[in-house]
Amino acid sequence: MHLIQQILFIILALSAIYIFYKKVTEMRRNILLGRDEDLTDNPSQRWKNMILLALGQKKMFKKPIPAVLHLFVYVGFIIINVEILEIFLDGALGMHRLFAPMLGGLYAFLIGFFEILAALVLIGCVIFLVRRNILKVKRLNMKELNGWPREDANLILITEIILMSLFLTMNTADQSLQKLGVEHYTPTAPFWITSHFTTIFSGLSAGTLVGIERGCWWLHIIGVFAFLNYLPYSKHFHILLAFPNAYYSKLIPQGEAKNMPEIQNEVLYMMEPDKAPPTPTEPAEHKNFGAKDVTDLSWKNLLDAYSCTECGRCTVVCPANLTGKKLSPRKIMMDTRDRLEEVGKNINTNKEFKPDGKQLINDYITVEELRACTTCQACVEACPVTIDPLSIIMQLRRSLVMDDSNAPQEWNLMFGNIENNMAPWKFSPDDRDAWTHE
Amino acid sequence: MAIKSMSEYAANGETPEVLFWVGCAGSFDQRAQRITKAFAQILDKVGIKFAILGKEEMCTGDPARRAGNEFLFQMMAYNNIHTLNAYGIKKVVTICPHCFNIFKNEYPALGGNYEVMHHTTFLQQLINEGRVKLKDGGAFKGKKITYHDSCYLGRGNGIYEAPRAVLEAFDTELIEMKRCKSNGMCCGAGGAQMFKEEEPGITRINFDRAEQALETGATIIAANCPFCTTMLTDGVKNKEKEDTVKVMDIAEMVAMSI
Repeated sequence: MHLIQQILFIILALSAIYIFYKKVTEMRRNILLGRDEDLTDNPSQRWKNMILLALGQKKMFKKPIPAVLHLFVYVGFIIINVEILEIFLDGALGMHRLFAPMLGGLYAFLIGFFEILAALVLIGCVIFLVRRNILKVKRLNMKELNGWPREDANLILITEIILMSLFLTMNTADQSLQKLGVEHYTPTAPFWITSHFTTIFSGLSAGTLVGIERGCWWLHIIGVFAFLNYLPYSKHFHILLAFPNAYYSKLIPQGEAKNMPEIQNEVLYMMEPDKAPPTPTEPAEHKNFGAKDVTDLSWKNLLDAYSCTECGRCTVVCPANLTGKKLSPRKIMMDTRDRLEEVGKNINTNKEFKPDGKQLINDYITVEELRACTTCQACVEACPVTIDPLSIIMQLRRSLVMDDSNAPQEWNLMFGNIENNMAPWKFSPDDRDAWTHE
Repeated sequence: MAIKSMSEYAANGETPEVLFWVGCAGSFDQRAQRITKAFAQILDKVGIKFAILGKEEMCTGDPARRAGNEFLFQMMAYNNIHTLNAYGIKKVVTICPHCFNIFKNEYPALGGNYEVMHHTTFLQQLINEGRVKLKDGGAFKGKKITYHDSCYLGRGNGIYEAPRAVLEAFDTELIEMKRCKSNGMCCGAGGAQMFKEEEPGITRINFDRAEQALETGATIIAANCPFCTTMLTDGVKNKEKEDTVKVMDIAEMVAMSI
């Protein structure tokens, strides 16, 4: 019987890890569909960002209440994973509480600590559900979340509540079995929380208790494996990508726009033709100016899209969104991810990307949204994991104006004025110093 | 006050301490010209040898770049950097945070390397060094003032304290808006929005921001950007508060107090 359980567990674990690995490889491939961008400079600053922002949750604390609740869930998640190691080894080796004899008194202390964390995770998730569905916190109830994103968020919270409940129930049954002195159930010191709840199982036979304990153990670990494989399809993948995303975040001032050396050179060769390369090099493969689709964006923009957990801190500070415009920085990130997933599926089916007549601009993000941005960087500043929606907006705007000559009439006038009068308004350049004579 | 251009300095074989980059708003917009004149007046009074580029100055290209017209931006950058490098300019001060951002962050990659300061930082230094002395009990003593962080000075370049230090030197009561410093809200002009109508919505960004400023009960809204000044002035007018609440650039406030 034990051997069958062991074999089942090993098959389950290996399959779960393999499926997860396959999907993550696919996501990595999708991210690398983006244009190259070298973000390996200044590693010490990058490590510092990762430690402060991802590990240390620095920016989360701008909103203290969700930050504390999030910290419970985050710390709980990371530390309870240490317990998963024991559960994993128990399952693979057919043991029960493998570490208990090795760690002695420390063991009950550790499990007690995990139980407290599990309870905090449970409480945190319940409050998060209340904030989303009953208190209806504004940023968690905006229209871009309708449908799947809202279900996704609730599903994550409910799954975590179930997993924690299973973990605590399992320990309670274990404590009852220890009291009964059932063979195989290594005696430990009382666990901090569950030892107080054994009365709920009083009167149950040892067999029933073993059933409950084993049932919870299996459901918990199956839940963990299922959740692992749910992550890549969910906004919850941020728990992993927050780390690389913080590492590769922008180190230059937020106000600085990315240069376009290809256009810089074009202007240089026009002004100083002697500097142009002597013979026209082979006609380069046409690259769009700016970006029309996800593959025109940088890989970092695509990593940003997969790292977004749709918390909406960006959108609730966006001046355009606050005054009723269609632009939402969060939607920019969600659209980028959705389109990237679509392109990825296309590649999976056709071996290589087969044009599907769609692109990020228009089919996902409208011109009206892009036009509304004031480039104020409030969204960039607000993101706890340093996602940069403005970078995507700017690249899409470049494509609209330079590839499609698509600009509002007023902007065309402004461009014309700059070109002819050296100022965005129609004044004579000769009057530029007129103020000195007044 | 005689204001000399760089070409006049060069013709006399002289070098100014600093180039005052006026910017398009400061040069042409009537409201912003008052900021320009105020700042020039301060420089003159303190005895700083400064030059302007005059007719040789051109738009930095910021609104073109933010709108997506990189080609036009690169053209303007090429021409400006050429002019500045030909004069051997080392130090630039500007009253526009958009120009400041371009000089500080975006021209270096194109061969334009200058020490650049925004006028609020420059003023703070002059006050610290004792070169600018504010009159005791000046026009702003005891008045309630709120300060609007422009995006490209604040979030864009992390300068929050220098302008506030100047305001504190007035011996006034500085009341912060709910959204200030790194969480400050845009006036609505950035990203080339100044040059077009807003997209359809429920209100205008500058109306919203001006309301936030009015909520503080301040009688002066201090700004550091000619575009913010225009936007907030319109927002205050929209609430029909223009008789009791003034929007002023920090340079104008300093000029009135020396």
